[in-house]
Amino acid sequence: MTHELLGGSRGAEPPGGRLLERARSGDKRSVARLISMIENDEPGAAAVMRTVYPETGKAAIVGVTGPPGGGKSTLVARLGASYREQGARVAVVAVDPSSPFTGGALLGDRIRMRDGFLDDGLFIRSMASRGHSGGLARATLRVVNLLDALGTGVILVETVGVGQEEVEVVRVADTVCLVTVPGLGDDIQALKAGVLEIADVLVVNKSDRPGADETVRDLATMLSLGKGRLEFTPPIVRTSAQSGEGIAELVAAIAKHREWAARSGERERRRLAAARGEIEALLREELVRRLRGRVGADRVDDIVKRVAARSLDPYTAIDELLSTR
Amino acid sequence: MKRPIRVVMAKAGLDGHDRGVKVVARALRDAGMEVIYTGVHQTPEQVVETALQEDADAIGVSLLSGAHNYIFPRISELMTEKGLDDVLLFGGGIIPEDDIATLRSHGVERIFQPGASLEDIVAYIREAVARKRGAGHAKG
Repeated sequence: MTHELLGGSRGAEPPGGRLLERARSGDKRSVARLISMIENDEPGAAAVMRTVYPETGKAAIVGVTGPPGGGKSTLVARLGASYREQGARVAVVAVDPSSPFTGGALLGDRIRMRDGFLDDGLFIRSMASRGHSGGLARATLRVVNLLDALGTGVILVETVGVGQEEVEVVRVADTVCLVTVPGLGDDIQALKAGVLEIADVLVVNKSDRPGADETVRDLATMLSLGKGRLEFTPPIVRTSAQSGEGIAELVAAIAKHREWAARSGERERRRLAAARGEIEALLREELVRRLRGRVGADRVDDIVKRVAARSLDPYTAIDELLSTR
Repeated sequence: MKRPIRVVMAKAGLDGHDRGVKVVARALRDAGMEVIYTGVHQTPEQVVETALQEDADAIGVSLLSGAHNYIFPRISELMTEKGLDDVLLFGGGIIPEDDIATLRSHGVERIFQPGASLEDIVAYIREAVARKRGAGHAKG
């Protein structure tokens, strides 16, 4: 397995091999560097992923999603502490949005997780979405796979604050917790129509606040209105992440879903969908990269300008780009 | 290969004055950097561990409490201990001129005092990170 990393048929030594060795022996800095390599598509990243992929699929991957300000990070911190108490090695991958204009990002999820900063069995990584829509970053699944292969028991994946359409976490996580809060009023209706469908566990956080009973009732009513996607009815768990109330119940609900998913074949179905999604994503990236290399940035810019000026239509533009040799 | 500059911005010790650090964090964000903000009341150990896990290029620490002569050298010491020698350490806040030379000898490359311009801070980080990244292959 290591021969490929050390050169072998792939020519010069990619920089990831030694890092991976050190990461396997528990060196956190090497893990951190490998994550950056994967995030940045640095040389050697693909070789690392090839090596580790067969060792993935062992960790319990829990997604935490929901609207901004709902308490996802605080809840993730609580969940992380709880899994640590059970003795599992835990990793958190927390995604926050990048600016569509500057590419910059303010990653603030760690603020809520500070109690665990010095715990050797906990690894926290913030990721900027870097223009990827769907609630995660382009490389989130790859980073999760790396952490999985390195022997992490539980991986908590926190999405950006979501609205209606950011459902990609379902392709990464075995169990998705949707975190909502009381008092979203009419907004909750919109939420129901969208991301609600991917929820395996519904969490009403900040449940010490007025309106929690109504929110729980609304969700229960919604669930009762029709058959869901699955024969599994998502439980509704009330939590107060700040005080820790309801966390034990949430952990139990996640475990119950996990057990059901393994028994019912749902986990296999999800893994199949995830594999398809990842292959398609990689294929798209690679095809675009190759095409760009062949066509050249100047020519792409030129075609873009012509399409914007209406002297060329986008369909003909694609034909032109694809026929460039 | 595009690799955004990642900066950990931290408030260390018993110091809750976080307006300055937030203004700088925002400016770095607007300059296209990925800023990991740790919040207030961090210990030097927490700051360094964060930089390590986040694979940061730079650590910026804001101090208005007067504890800079302890906290900066301690962070610097921990960085060396953890092998983060190729990570930039800079600071800002109410720090007397007389202390700056001492702090520099402890690995704090640059201190921004009140009145420093955001443009200067951004330009400095870009320059210094490029220099550190180019300096060796310690990261690879």
